Amino acid sequence: MKSNFKVFLKGIIDVSPLMIPVVPFGLIFGVLAIDIGFTPIQTIAMSLIIFGGASQIVLLQLFSGGASSLVIISSVGAVNSRHLLYGAVVSEHLSDLKLTWKIIISYFLIDQAFAISNEYLKKNKDNNRYFHLLGGGATCWVIWQSTTFLGIILGAAIPEKLGLSFAVPLTFLALLVNDFRKFINVIVILVSGLVATFGYNYIPFKAYVIVAAVAGLFAAMILTTKDKKA
Amino acid sequence: MSNWALIIYCGLITYLTRFSMIALIKKEMFNDRIRKILSFVPSAIFPAIIFPAIFINDKGLFEIDNNPKILAAIIAMVIGIFSRSIIATIFSGLASYWFLIFVV
Repeated sequence: MKSNFKVFLKGIIDVSPLMIPVVPFGLIFGVLAIDIGFTPIQTIAMSLIIFGGASQIVLLQLFSGGASSLVIISSVGAVNSRHLLYGAVVSEHLSDLKLTWKIIISYFLIDQAFAISNEYLKKNKDNNRYFHLLGGGATCWVIWQSTTFLGIILGAAIPEKLGLSFAVPLTFLALLVNDFRKFINVIVILVSGLVATFGYNYIPFKAYVIVAAVAGLFAAMILTTKDKKA
Repeated sequence: MSNWALIIYCGLITYLTRFSMIALIKKEMFNDRIRKILSFVPSAIFPAIIFPAIFINDKGLFEIDNNPKILAAIIAMVIGIFSRSIIATIFSGLASYWFLIFVV
């Protein structure tokens, strides 16, 4: 069995490529938050307390549009409902841990860390395999906090024209490269993507993310029923 | 509600979505069928973030003409399928996006 530190380090290394787009994302968040009227301290607090790019951007978007607090909080909840599924996937590997560890790891259960550690956890059965998730999460934490801070300082010096926000969907696209080769995955991807795109304006409270994900999983369930009988 | 209260509530709800399943689900609840379906979670969720970010513009409108993001995303996807590299996918997508908006 590898030492805890080595597994942690492996998590850092594996997640690193995914950090490239987090840099512009964090910068953009810092710039936007100040622009909308949050103080620098509140902006830093958002990244520390919420620690979720999508949640924070949704918060800003709705806040600047004058949405009520209740709408903002429930929308953040809806966008975050994907974490319920991440939690369900990784919980199998964390079920033997003490509650304290579960509380700490939950804070680091973010998209990028989930994506890389999900693969690692499936392949490794060592008792300390959760350190991989911690390594990935901690790396993202450092990048997210420092780029938020930089965004606050640099402010308007970053040209909007670069379209850096496009880096966000690209990251997620990159996470699916292995799934594009599998037939069922491609169907699931299309179902989810189409439901999200066409439901974007019609499903209230930004819940399109979870509605689309559930539709995709439902498609997966139907397409895999043959395996069950076999 | 003050900005501070808003930030704290959003933080709480974000944390609870991460913690609840880890805290509640027991190992015994898993079987091969559930595992199989859960293995599709990335394929089911990420497109819900990817597609709207590409096809829907800042104003919330569906945009298919004059949208360089579509071609850039297709190029990134093709590069991704052949290279199986995360970095190559992200860079080829950004590079082709910049090429399309600044050069073409």
